[in-house]
Amino acid sequence: MKLMWFHLMPYTELPEDFRDANPSVWVDIHSSLFDPKRAHLMYNDFMDELEYAAEVGFDAVCVNEHHSNGYGLMPSPNLIAASLARRTTDTAICVMGNSLALYNPPTRVAEEFAMIDCISGGRLIAGFPVGTPMDTCYAYGTNPSQLRQRYHEAHDLVIRAWTEKDTFAFNGRFNQQRYVNIWPRPVQNPHPPIWVPGGGSVETWRWCAEMNYVYCYLSYYGYKAGRATMDGFWSEMDRLGKDRNPYQAGFLQFVGVAESRQQALDLYSEAAEYFYGRCLHVDPRWATPPGYTSEGSQRAGIESQIRQAADSGVRGKSTGERFASVAREMDAIVEKGYVIIGSPNEVAEQLREVATQLNVGHLMLLLQYGNMSKDLTRYNTKLFAEQVMPKLKDVHARWTDHWWPQPMETGQRAEVPAYMPRLAAE
Amino acid sequence: MTEPETLTIDVNGFPTRIWRKGSGPKIGFLAGFGGLPRWVPFLEQLARSRTVIVPSLPGFPGGDRGHSVLDSHLDWLLAVRDILDQAGLSGADLAGSSVGASLAAEVAALWPATIGKLVLIAPFGLFDEKNPPTDPWAQRGDAVPGLMCADPEIWKALKSPPEGANSIEWPIEQVRANEAAARIFWPLGNTRIEKRLRLIKAPTLLLWGEQDKVMPRTYAEVFAKGIAGPTTTRIIAGAGHLAELDKPAEVAREVLGFLEAG
Repeated sequence: MKLMWFHLMPYTELPEDFRDANPSVWVDIHSSLFDPKRAHLMYNDFMDELEYAAEVGFDAVCVNEHHSNGYGLMPSPNLIAASLARRTTDTAICVMGNSLALYNPPTRVAEEFAMIDCISGGRLIAGFPVGTPMDTCYAYGTNPSQLRQRYHEAHDLVIRAWTEKDTFAFNGRFNQQRYVNIWPRPVQNPHPPIWVPGGGSVETWRWCAEMNYVYCYLSYYGYKAGRATMDGFWSEMDRLGKDRNPYQAGFLQFVGVAESRQQALDLYSEAAEYFYGRCLHVDPRWATPPGYTSEGSQRAGIESQIRQAADSGVRGKSTGERFASVAREMDAIVEKGYVIIGSPNEVAEQLREVATQLNVGHLMLLLQYGNMSKDLTRYNTKLFAEQVMPKLKDVHARWTDHWWPQPMETGQRAEVPAYMPRLAAE
Repeated sequence: MTEPETLTIDVNGFPTRIWRKGSGPKIGFLAGFGGLPRWVPFLEQLARSRTVIVPSLPGFPGGDRGHSVLDSHLDWLLAVRDILDQAGLSGADLAGSSVGASLAAEVAALWPATIGKLVLIAPFGLFDEKNPPTDPWAQRGDAVPGLMCADPEIWKALKSPPEGANSIEWPIEQVRANEAAARIFWPLGNTRIEKRLRLIKAPTLLLWGEQDKVMPRTYAEVFAKGIAGPTTTRIIAGAGHLAELDKPAEVAREVLGFLEAG
């Protein structure tokens, strides 16, 4: 299976009383809390951490897009990805991803992803999220009633921009462009693999199944809460007669590994409580723009509440309700499975169970979260790479990953940086 | 209060409800934010002396998913034009509230010959940075009733499912109404209607709830100044944004008085 290292890039110095003194970490978080000179150091730490993860052998480094967000400092993940393309050599670069409806014209996404694919020699995974309500409808002002229609149209435009050989006119419902002809074109043929992070809507499951895209559930609530969603995806795949290839799925999981469970609790509680306490403090008024949730998903949610089905805790609830009911103390955080902690053996065992039970071939691991320091992040990352990763490599071994980047041959690729060859990793 | 007669028309392929009640000269009514999931006392009051015709707007209760094919402001205005014609309201007096008032004003501007008198209750369509409307789509659920009505219980009663309603579809229909309003007015509510007000030639009554927490009352002056026809402005004491729900008798009295005056 693939083990991928994901960074959210949280602002690490939100004040202790953030929750009480501020309405929200997202959309209207106050600018006085942001110190650009501290952010300079944070960004550089975060990029060091991503590069380090690549160095110690993670299969991919992952970045994502958020706007006006105190726990996600990447309005443009493509900037970070471009830098990673130069600072890593063989690691896949997973941009998870660009919220298609926010780009005008969406051709911009086709271009920038093609640039990253060229610079990296074909190592890009192209993530296409719809984007959260906070990012898309409020921070960026996109009409919630048109968001999904615009997303799908933008997707069609990007695919055509990547694959059509001749200049074409795009005559869309929302986008009209007389001359579409992107330079550069992606290295990967026909285009980088497409992964779709989704929330748990039937429409997204069906779409990923039909389009043969990877479905990713990027939840902050761990494998216990994620089970119902992934089960939903797989039953939709079954219904459509598709293979249960675990590589068609991705799942996000927080992890803290140490010498022992107690040591892990001692080391990671502060960072986890910072994340679940301060970073997920989102005002519910930013969570439910009307039309964002499809009527099919609303219906499924209400039905699930009525049945009190196993997934009612996830599917019947709005983003706001989920944020409001989140556990914020370490005992509950661990008990609910938000963060998996323990010795390398204990962590490996739990992750094996996650990968098997959820049938997921791509685990996206958050080994930095909240205000975790660079040293602790490095420790967590190193211990994971050295002592957890080898224990998981055999999981799903009988399946082939058809959704992984196909880079250029090593011999064909540029030496970077060419004028100052890097020293061998320690 | 008895139920109105219900007709169904086709608008862009979507079945669209039209209520009709009473006798006498016709008056059309376009509902406000949230639409009308049920007949309300305000309409009953009007029906005592008028033929009240209430077409649903696309996506609002009774309007199915008609909003989903309307992408531009022109699409919306053409749909409303079509609805008014099919409802037999061409040439009749027209009233609207909130989002419906904005569309009524647009129709009066674009097709002045098809409108008798015009009544606008706290219309959407303007945005003043120094005095912005409240964002109706960025609210905690429990804040909405008190935002729309001075008496939150009135909104709650309007929106609570009646006996025998489909417990799954009813709440979805109420969310859809908010979505339909968002589809026209997201994100600021600013349709630049200001530029078209001068085309409104109809005598116009502007009504504003004294306690309107959504639309600043100063916007009434912008409408009054901009509209080319003669305007009268009245403030409804004790009413919120949807004044016709809070104070049905008072609003109906103002409307009927205005329509009947020479």
